[in-house]
Formats: sequence, structure tokens, C-alpha cells
Amino acid sequence: MLNRLTDSLNFQAEALSLRSERQRLIASNIANADTPGYVARDFDFATALRQASGQGSVGDSAVHGPKLTMAASNGGHLNRNGQPVGGRDQPDMNYALASQTNLDSNTVDMDRERANFADNTVRYEATLRFINAQVRTLNTAITGQ
Amino acid sequence: MSMFKIFNVAGSAVSAQSQRLNVVASNLANADTVAGPDRAAYKARQVVFTTTPMGEVGTAGVTVSQVTEDASPGRRVHDPKHPQADAEGYVTYSNVNTVEEMVNMISASRSYQNNIEVMNTAKSLLMKTLQMGQGS
Repeated sequence: MLNRLTDSLNFQAEALSLRSERQRLIASNIANADTPGYVARDFDFATALRQASGQGSVGDSAVHGPKLTMAASNGGHLNRNGQPVGGRDQPDMNYALASQTNLDSNTVDMDRERANFADNTVRYEATLRFINAQVRTLNTAITGQ
Repeated sequence: MSMFKIFNVAGSAVSAQSQRLNVVASNLANADTVAGPDRAAYKARQVVFTTTPMGEVGTAGVTVSQVTEDASPGRRVHDPKHPQADAEGYVTYSNVNTVEEMVNMISASRSYQNNIEVMNTAKSLLMKTLQMGQGS
């Protein structure tokens, strides 16, 4: 019974943690806007959320090709994202190409990063409001008034 | 809570940019000096930024890995009456390019502001996260 109550909250919690992860990633990109050789990173939120909530869709492999995972025979092996195997699955990183050529081969486009940052902020707040609304709904149901 | 790392990342960038501003200030202050403490003309300095990983994947801060000196020769002006003039009557000034330094300063201050804004946004998001579920 309680499972049913919290299942819908779990989905939003997953979305919230992915949003905060993306926020951190974009903050790193903005911080490294002047570092020579830095390559901006980001991940596709929709795909990451689908992976995290265990709803891998069929169309996904058709678009991006079959998903390959590296075999790990030792506990010290790392996966494609440089994380220890078996830990919490990290979303697949995408690496940005330079939007304009520059001499220090830094691929951070400040306009893009700022736009992404603002977008992610708003969506993070939206997820928070969804959670708050659900909590309110549950409270109303519990008090039964 | 992974969002707290944003303060480390943006904080490292802010301190790196402020060090860059410091170096720019030194360069501009010494734009017209003839001799440094070692009796040779002042050489313009530049900071070198390096990415430093901070824990989780994708969390990358910035540090100043080194401060380099510009090796190009200083500006030489013919002024035989100057006390620092050499045997041929030339005075060697520092090799600071003030226009470059001003551009550097603007770039550093903009990056500084960007990172402060990132921190402010992260702070307000965290405050709202702390109040989660308390809304009436």
C-alpha cells in the first residue's frame, strides 16, 4: 500500500537528482570557460531519465545504435564513464564541439551554457513543485477532509 | 547531495579568476617601470588555468597551475639622460601590452560574475529544496 503512495514520488526524485547532476555539470563547464583544452560536457536528460527509471525504450537503440557495455572481470575495472563498475549508473556524457574555432581548443560556448543553466534551473524548480504538490495531495488524502 | 559540489566548482573558478585579475593588476601597475627588484625590466606575467577533477564524474574545477613570464624583449626607448640608460643610451621598459591587459581584465571580470551568478542560482535552488514538502 505504501509502495503505491511513494512510487510516483520516486520518479520525481530520480528526475530531481538528474537535474541536480546536470546543474553541476553545467556549472563545471562555466567554471572552465577559460581553461585551455577543456571540452564541455552534457548529457541527454530524456535518455538519462529513461535509463534511471528503468524504462529503456525500443526506439532508443534504433537511433543511437545498440548499446554496448564493456565487460568487467575485476572489481577495479572502470566503465565507459570512468566510474567503478557496479556503482550507481552515471548518464552517458556527450562532448561538445567548438561552436567557433579558437586557439586554445576550449569548446565551452558561454551563450549555450548560460541558456542551458537557466533552462535547467527552471526545470529543477518545476520538479520541486511537482513533488510539493504530490505531498500536498497525499496529505489531503491522509487527513481525509 | 551533489548540488553542494557546485560551490566547490564555482568557488575554485572564482578564486582562479581573481588570481588572474591580480596578475593583470601587477602587469598594469608595472606597465611603465624601467627596472624591477632585480634591476632588470619587469616581464609581463600570465596565469595558466588547469582543470582539476572534484570527486564525481563531470565535476571539474579550475586551478592556477603556474604563472608564466612573457619572454619577449621589453620596449626600448632612446633617452641617454635617463639614469637607467645603457651604454648606447637606450632605456628598457617592461614588455607589458596595456591593451592586451585591459582585454584580459574584462574577460576575467565577466567570468568572475558568471561564476558568482552560478553560485547564487545554486543557493536559491538548494534553499527551495530544503523547504520541500513544507508548502501549505
